[in-house]
Amino acid sequence: MSARDEVLARVRRAKGPRDPAPVPRDYRAAGTRGPGDLDLFAERLRDYRARVRVVPADQVAETIAAALRERGARRVVVAPGTPPEWTELSYPAGRIESRDPLGGDPREANTEVKAEAKAGANTEAKAEAGAGSEVARAPEGVDAVGLDTDGTVSVDRVGADTLDVAILERADAVVTACHVAVAETGTIVLDHDAADQGPRALTLVPDYHIVVVRADQVVAGVPDAVAALAGVRTQTWISGPSATSDIELERVEGVHGPRTLEVVIAR
Amino acid sequence: MTTFLGMPTGGGHLTGEPFPKAAKHALGNAQLRRNLAKATGTIRAKRANVVGELPDWAELRAAGAAIKDEVLANLDEYLVRFEEALTSRGTHVHWARDADEANRIITGLVKATGTREVIKVKSMATVEIGLNEALADVGVHAVETDLAELIVQLGNDKSSHILVPAIHRNRSEIREVFRREMPGVDPDLTDDPRALAEAARKHLRHKFMTVDVAISGANFGVAETGALVVVESEGNGRMCLTLPRTLISVVGIEKLVPSWRDLEVFLQLLPRSSTGERMNPYTSVWTGPTEGQTSHVVLVDNGRTATLADPDGRAALRCIRCSACLNSCPVYERTGGHAYGSTYPGPIGAVLSPQLTGVDKNPTLPFASSLCGVCYDVCPVAIDIPSMLVHLRERVTESKRATPESTAMRALAWAMSDARRWRRLIRLGKFGRVASRHVPLPGWSTARDLPQPPKETFRDWWESR
Repeated sequence: MSARDEVLARVRRAKGPRDPAPVPRDYRAAGTRGPGDLDLFAERLRDYRARVRVVPADQVAETIAAALRERGARRVVVAPGTPPEWTELSYPAGRIESRDPLGGDPREANTEVKAEAKAGANTEAKAEAGAGSEVARAPEGVDAVGLDTDGTVSVDRVGADTLDVAILERADAVVTACHVAVAETGTIVLDHDAADQGPRALTLVPDYHIVVVRADQVVAGVPDAVAALAGVRTQTWISGPSATSDIELERVEGVHGPRTLEVVIAR
Repeated sequence: MTTFLGMPTGGGHLTGEPFPKAAKHALGNAQLRRNLAKATGTIRAKRANVVGELPDWAELRAAGAAIKDEVLANLDEYLVRFEEALTSRGTHVHWARDADEANRIITGLVKATGTREVIKVKSMATVEIGLNEALADVGVHAVETDLAELIVQLGNDKSSHILVPAIHRNRSEIREVFRREMPGVDPDLTDDPRALAEAARKHLRHKFMTVDVAISGANFGVAETGALVVVESEGNGRMCLTLPRTLISVVGIEKLVPSWRDLEVFLQLLPRSSTGERMNPYTSVWTGPTEGQTSHVVLVDNGRTATLADPDGRAALRCIRCSACLNSCPVYERTGGHAYGSTYPGPIGAVLSPQLTGVDKNPTLPFASSLCGVCYDVCPVAIDIPSMLVHLRERVTESKRATPESTAMRALAWAMSDARRWRRLIRLGKFGRVASRHVPLPGWSTARDLPQPPKETFRDWWESR
């Protein structure tokens, strides 16, 4: 008898004739508690020592730019399906690589950007760079952004097919959207088949994760989120930055995952 | 040997020296007791706080218990459904009757990749079956990536807790282990937990980026969809599940839940009960191999069907490995986990280990409890551990050969089962008045007086009134 058949036969002999009682579901079920409370959501996130910025929906781009500036992030990777305007202000003298995740070899493109960054190339020079890439015009007051001595930031838009862990290791930050968020537990869930959230490694390897949460994505409790996630194949539930309690059961933030989680809540 | 329906039991790291002997040794270690009291005290307070926040905790707990009972009552059907869902999405499913078979399957899969090194997500199932040793035997080094497991591995130590295997170590002991065993570590490393976590990050970063085979367990498997769930904190789980091209997940057959929706219960019960957080930092869900990976699932019995066969013991298989019972147990807090001699220590270990191995191989564990009942109170899936302990004590006693005590008790049971027989017997009691003063009963009368039978029985007195 194969191991499979034997284990199943053992189970059939062992389980007995008993038919269990139906599962009582008297807890607070999905859809019974209305929308998620944004203030509670922000408070829960802060408890985990995540950074939280609650802003009007039309100020997401400024907020991301400010966060990257404060962080001093130079190389930023962005999930390919995020709205382009989110990061437009963040690369005053940089460029978007492979807006189409299948377009071009990202490794080559990335090297090119780095080379240009080193050369301190200006925007005009970049405008003549290879096809498939785009140049973002520097907005007014580039220097005020103060990104780096050479004023250059590269923004890679990466998808599953163009993902290279080496690119991610060099990235200072990653920007994504999310699928759903839970107010009661301060949890953000990513759907890795969605283009604006990217493959799993994208939000894992860089040390700084900026995630934009729309107000209408925040639900009240875990059952609401589970309902919203039915059928989503690959998910990561994120509640604050990476942490451990393994030493004397004292919580320490920042181990292997991103050590800083920045949540932009767009009201 | 008492096994139900002759069901084969499990092997691996589930037994050790008798609990009273091991506990005596542990109780002599004042440092250990201090470490444990501090750690369990911290976590108990956190747990109580976040559990108290939920107005529907009792309802969630009832649902969690009922869902697990449903799984156990129809486990064969759920296993077949789970296998179908996994296979249809391209995951390779393997079955293992016991620890040895699981190790053979996994070492075979690892060897086929040609790697000499694997990275591991913390997994109790792999500790239970002794996987790291089996891999070492075929020349493969298993790198533990969970901080506590890493501390245990580097210190050549053993896990003493389900959730925090290095709970018996304090920060300065951990610093010493790192300074001694971690290649390239800063010799000026301090014992600040932050610095220690940072050292582990640096140590493992290169492994995550380069090792191409990972081994994980799973907290839950969804029978309906084939989804696997790993609940963790550090991100080492995400690293292992995401970056290597081959992923092997070792899953006990009791880890299933029927449907996706059922996770709405367990993802509330588990984090609050285990680390005392509203939610753990990271939970990974994957349904079939993702992003070009090759994915294997090894379903392990290893004594679980023997546990299932006992109607009064099978509820131990509801366990979701939160460790709330360990953190709350007055016995565990004083002896620590090593005294239990099994991968599964504490109250749940005292009921689970003897059932997985058969009580003859773990006869002392059911007695490693004061039966105070706090483990039952804190259990998120309402396992009645105290009643189960009493039941297993009975099984231990029954499995032993006859002793003078058991013979006397059996004779007494025979006498008490018939009113007239009993009446005649207690009349004989008055003859015992002399004997009780003169006949020593070793093990009983050394510490207490033998009660004096009365001159006249109550029944005789009542009737002669």
